[in-house]
Amino acid sequence: MQVPAPFEYERATGVDDAIALLDRLGSAARLVAGGHSLLPMMKLRLANLEYLIDINDLHGELGYIEVEPGQLRVGSMTRHRELLESDPLAEAFPIFRDAERVIADPVVRNRGTIGGSLCQADPSEDLSAVCTTLDASCLIRGSSGSREVTMAEFYRGPYETAVGDDEILIEIRIPVRPNGSSAYEKVERRAGDWAVVSCGAAVWMDGDVISDARVGLAAVGPNTTGIPAISEALRGKVPSEDLYAEAGAIAAENCTPSTDMRGSAEYKRHLANELTRRALRRSTARIHGQGV
Amino acid sequence: MQVSMSVNGDEVTEEIEARMLLVHFLRDQLGLTGTHWGCDTSNCGTCVVWMDGEPVKSCTVLAAMAGGHEVRTVEGLERDGELDPVQQGFMECHGLQCGFCTPGMLMTARALLDRNPSPSTDEIRQAISGQICRCTGYATIVRSIQWAASYEAAATVGSAS
Ligand SMILES: Cc1cc2nc3c(=O)[nH]c(=O)nc-3n(C[C@H](O)[C@H](O)[C@H](O)COP(=O)(O)OP(=O)(O)OC[C@H]3O[C@@H](n4cnc5c(N)ncnc54)[C@H](O)[C@@H]3O)c2cc1C
Ligand code: FES
Ligand code: FES
Repeated sequence: MQVPAPFEYERATGVDDAIALLDRLGSAARLVAGGHSLLPMMKLRLANLEYLIDINDLHGELGYIEVEPGQLRVGSMTRHRELLESDPLAEAFPIFRDAERVIADPVVRNRGTIGGSLCQADPSEDLSAVCTTLDASCLIRGSSGSREVTMAEFYRGPYETAVGDDEILIEIRIPVRPNGSSAYEKVERRAGDWAVVSCGAAVWMDGDVISDARVGLAAVGPNTTGIPAISEALRGKVPSEDLYAEAGAIAAENCTPSTDMRGSAEYKRHLANELTRRALRRSTARIHGQGV
Repeated sequence: MQVSMSVNGDEVTEEIEARMLLVHFLRDQLGLTGTHWGCDTSNCGTCVVWMDGEPVKSCTVLAAMAGGHEVRTVEGLERDGELDPVQQGFMECHGLQCGFCTPGMLMTARALLDRNPSPSTDEIRQAISGQICRCTGYATIVRSIQWAASYEAAATVGSAS
């Protein structure tokens, strides 16, 4: 039987209360959102803590998807299922629905949150790849105030983020630019499993040429990685199969997968290449109104 | 610590350790052993119960986190001695062999039909994709859920006329 080690349970009533609790209890305390990463880690004694601060009552305050001119804001307590079902989100960024369809299973998606996913910083986390692809930033708050960090600054290594012991992730902010679309591709061994490799792409067009493009990969390095060399190679070019192939080759070169039970490093490089092509192809097709 | 919640409509208050998982609270503390406990790693889905109407894996929820919420288990499916149509469907279409996965399957199936009264085969398979059955090969489970959907559709037509 797997049961966590003993701890004291506190329930935060709001964001300010959560921050006050973190301040008072110090580094011996951890927040729990959906608990679908943290509880398994506690059962395995990979996470040890004295106080657990339950932030599920903050869902009213931090569960939202707001589309505004120029940006979209997602509250950290928004659950996977809400992300999957949101039409405004799918319209602005179809990559979210693509990804959510293949994250875990419907029952897990009822509990897991976007905040928990990003803060877990698992190298295979799909929403991290999505947020990296979309050039998102994260609003973090502590008793000394709020700060906004880019995804590159947010990730410090596997399972490590810029969120301090006494801080909470409030929301994810995504810039909205015209004439763009996005897509997500994932290869998994079976339904509901973590990625062997997954890849997000976003493309913006100016007439016939690509004005900007971004690719984010998961499960092929210490953190989900954005690949600036692909953006450079694609800007100003007309989309074509040759161009996607070039981008795929850059993805394969720029990732650092390791061999594990999900596959060999060589196979994962092959997937990084192929999935990059597919995600870019699908993003551009979507810009041209081909609903795929 | 003390925790209070509603379980199948009854208010319960119990003294527990904060680390107690909801599945053990239901089985060991309340004696509701209908909810099964299998993998312990949120993979098999036999421990699925509802929290506020949504299926959750109770091996990955603390009893403390369920405090103040409404929990429903497989024991709460039957009403006034009558089986829920999904339970009947599992009997009619042989939706179980050993029965280990059944409580979780039933809770997910009921939640699916409440949101989507006539799901396609594909939608049913999606809905139960977080649940593992080592006996049936799933075909009879899908058929059982379809049986319940048709039964309820017929009943609705009946009551409307
Ligand atoms: C069977 C199974 C399959 C899965 N498959 C996938 C998959 O295919 N792809 C995928 O991407 N994920 C997968 N997951 C992970 C799932 O997406 C989790 O829900 C997610 O990783 C964590 O979200 P959570 O809300 O449960 O976080 P929790 O477990 O509650 O927290 C995770 C970490 O984040 C911290 N935290 C949470 N919220 C905040 C906040 N607001 N501010 C600061 N820190 C915070 C916690 O302290 C903890 O350290 C799977 C999980 C399971 C159980
Ligand atoms: S025991 Fe909970 S999912 Fe297997
Ligand atoms: S009936 Fe035996 S596991 Fe499903």
